[in-house]
Amino acid sequence: MKKYIAVFLCGALLAAFLAGCGSQNDTPNGEVYVFNWGEYIDKETLDLFEKETGIKVIYDEFETNEEMYPKVQAGAVQFDVICPSDYMIQKMVDNDMLEELDWDNMPNAKANIGQSYYEQSRAFDPENKYSVPYCWGTVGILYNKTMVDDPVTSWSILWDEKYADNILMQSSVRDLFMVSLKLNGFSANSTDEAQLQIAKQSLIDQKPLVQAYVIDQVRDKMIGGEAALGVIYSGEAIYTQRENPDLEYVIPEEGSNIWIDSWVIPKNAPNKENAEKFIDFMCRGDIALMNFEYITYSTPNTAAQALIEDDDIRNSRIAFPDLNEYSGLETFSYLGEDADELYNRLYKEIMGE
Amino acid sequence: MNRKLLSAPYLLWAAAFIIIPLFMVVYYGLTDKSGAFTLENITAIATAQHGKALWLSVLLSLASTVICLLLAYPLAMILSRMNMSQNSFLVLLFILPMWMNFLLRTLAWLTLLEKTGVINNILNFFGAPTLNIINTPAAIILGMVYNFLPFMVLPIYNVLTKIDQNVVNAARDLGADGFRTFLKITLPLSIPGVISGITMVFVPALTTFVISTILGGNKILLIGNVIEMEFLQTGNWHLGSGLSIVLMVFILFNMILSAIFDKDGEGTAL
Amino acid sequence: MIKTTAQKIYIALIFIFLYAPIATLMVLSFNASKSRAKWGGFTINWYVELFQNKSILQALGNTLLIAFLSASIATVIGTVASISIQGMKRKSRAIIMGITNIPMLNAEIVTGISLMLLFIVLGIKFGFLTILLAHITFNIPYVILSIMPRMKQLNPSTYEAALDLGASHLQAFFKVVFPDILPGIVSGFTMAFTMSLDDFVITHFTKGAGIDTLSTKIYTEVRKGIKPEMYALSTLIFLSVLILLILVNYAPRKKQDTNNLRNQR
Repeated sequence: MKKYIAVFLCGALLAAFLAGCGSQNDTPNGEVYVFNWGEYIDKETLDLFEKETGIKVIYDEFETNEEMYPKVQAGAVQFDVICPSDYMIQKMVDNDMLEELDWDNMPNAKANIGQSYYEQSRAFDPENKYSVPYCWGTVGILYNKTMVDDPVTSWSILWDEKYADNILMQSSVRDLFMVSLKLNGFSANSTDEAQLQIAKQSLIDQKPLVQAYVIDQVRDKMIGGEAALGVIYSGEAIYTQRENPDLEYVIPEEGSNIWIDSWVIPKNAPNKENAEKFIDFMCRGDIALMNFEYITYSTPNTAAQALIEDDDIRNSRIAFPDLNEYSGLETFSYLGEDADELYNRLYKEIMGE
Repeated sequence: MNRKLLSAPYLLWAAAFIIIPLFMVVYYGLTDKSGAFTLENITAIATAQHGKALWLSVLLSLASTVICLLLAYPLAMILSRMNMSQNSFLVLLFILPMWMNFLLRTLAWLTLLEKTGVINNILNFFGAPTLNIINTPAAIILGMVYNFLPFMVLPIYNVLTKIDQNVVNAARDLGADGFRTFLKITLPLSIPGVISGITMVFVPALTTFVISTILGGNKILLIGNVIEMEFLQTGNWHLGSGLSIVLMVFILFNMILSAIFDKDGEGTAL
Repeated sequence: MIKTTAQKIYIALIFIFLYAPIATLMVLSFNASKSRAKWGGFTINWYVELFQNKSILQALGNTLLIAFLSASIATVIGTVASISIQGMKRKSRAIIMGITNIPMLNAEIVTGISLMLLFIVLGIKFGFLTILLAHITFNIPYVILSIMPRMKQLNPSTYEAALDLGASHLQAFFKVVFPDILPGIVSGFTMAFTMSLDDFVITHFTKGAGIDTLSTKIYTEVRKGIKPEMYALSTLIFLSVLILLILVNYAPRKKQDTNNLRNQR
């Protein structure tokens, strides 16, 4: 019997030791609970923040806006800083879930974020009361030049049977429908059931050609040559090209979605002051630059843009596209509860097909 | 008197964390957002998208249960007939993969089955045609069989080792051949193990959402995926609970089945 | 002769089916190339990176701690409950055993969501505590179901004899009953520990911000794309389980040990 006890005690010791590992940092100034997208920050910036401010960062990740929302709404987990997209911020504002920001506590946010991005934010945050832009970009097609010989200019290539089983689609509801709505010439913010039915039918027709519906995995699968075409956020383009030079990113001519992900503070945030410190820290030029270089998503931070040393990247049309070149770029807006339910129902009908 | 009191902590625990939560699922399943009574969340199973998901789950879990049974029974028989020193080592080897993390085991199959995965690389090397089962129901069945096979082998093995060898010998002495002995003696006596195995494979297979997410590329929606989505994405707990109630009816059926064969309520799996 | 050969081949095939995926992971964990398509040379880089990955180590620590705590608490509650259940009348015993069976036979997803609803309604903050409570809940049945068969074999007169000879209830329990049911307790603890280690679904629904167990961590990592660190992790887990099982089952081969081995199953 003794050896059982010995084994279990060893296990307990090891567990206690490992659990202790993470909590030995000196963080006298409380905590900040951050809820962000997966692979959406350079974790070193979190260490720097902890070191400089003495605030412990408790960091958690979500994969879609839709997955984030119920967690925050249920209130069972209280976050201090969240990074949702435009339409989700609007939904949270509508449902009175966000705290007004105190701009005086965030000088970097005021100074470093380009004015044009604040103007753009007014679409979902009319008085710039709730959100600080973190990253922005478009949605487009990433394709492998060695596997696709046709010119990629339209969403319709994703319906080409030549590429059966070589297509990756997004599995988040709005992004998935956006592709089909744009293909059919509708608005990405359509709430018209007839239009959505048409979009749904297109997606059902497409389903046999689709290899998988994924989100973050598009990146690795495209780099590994697992698929020829994938719907992806523009921010992944630079990273994936670096890893696999055969990849090319295109915004289709029918238009697409242009989005902003912004930092917000939810109503029930227990550490509001720390949250503002965190947001302001992320807006510092050097920190924003670190994040930009790590995640390669376009930064609205002008101070960081100026710091980019690599001319190719600073002038990159993928990282900082001239939006006047494209027509039909739309920002998602929150469509209301009924439309949400409609989208979800149609989404399940596609997936269950 | 004293002894009865001892059960108090467990009874309280069971009430708080087993019974009440289940009633909450039932409550949410039978009400709508305003809190009014409704059967809508239950009847929602009849809509095309949910019905299909349930039907597919039943099909896939039945298929994997049958495959598990076909693979497991011969294996359990072979193991149970070996002498003690041999078989304890083999049984150990057999449960070893079970101790590895469930997700890592599923991840292993993803690595093997992907289009540019290990199996296809090997097939390519020999110029053989590639295997394209990732993101299909076949891959999900494979994942289920791989993960749940030990749940089928162990109960059958346990029952088989407990069969009194004298009974088998008696049958042989009375002139029954090997096959008849199996059919008349071994098989009937092993039924409790088989039932227990079926329960232990069928329920997790029916309700999984992990295997279908990882090996199905989100292309295949099982009832488990729908429920997970309702709770963690659309935030519609009422619908999610309603569908869970439907799921529990299936499980209840299973429980009754196993209770009939397992009169002591002890679980032959142990 | 033919029959045994066929049996051997069959066993071999099953073992290939069981171990080929694990072996593949182990080989890939030493592959310098990130791609599975080619062998880029031998490296232990992924192991180094694994050990530098704070969040994975922390998840490992959480997993072990939760498994240990939940199994221990479940063992205490379960053992005490078993003693009492054994003394109950047939009918109430059947009812309690029925309740005990619920978490085992019910779908994990239903258990998970039911606990999630409970914690939300009670307003308990999701985190370490909620995971622990959930794990204890699904662990207790395994303990009870391991101990009950032992309790049945117990001769009640020995306990009464001890009392008659002047032992207190506690003394009688520890001197007479406890040694007899100990193998059941140990196997119950082991099962509870394993179940807790392996659980994903229930943790998925009851975990809070910034806390991960190994299972939930792997799930998020897999959804981002597979990194070779995961192969290294698989290899390490497999090897430690292998060593642990060999230690527990074979170490000092005493007579008593082989008995335990048999009882465990």
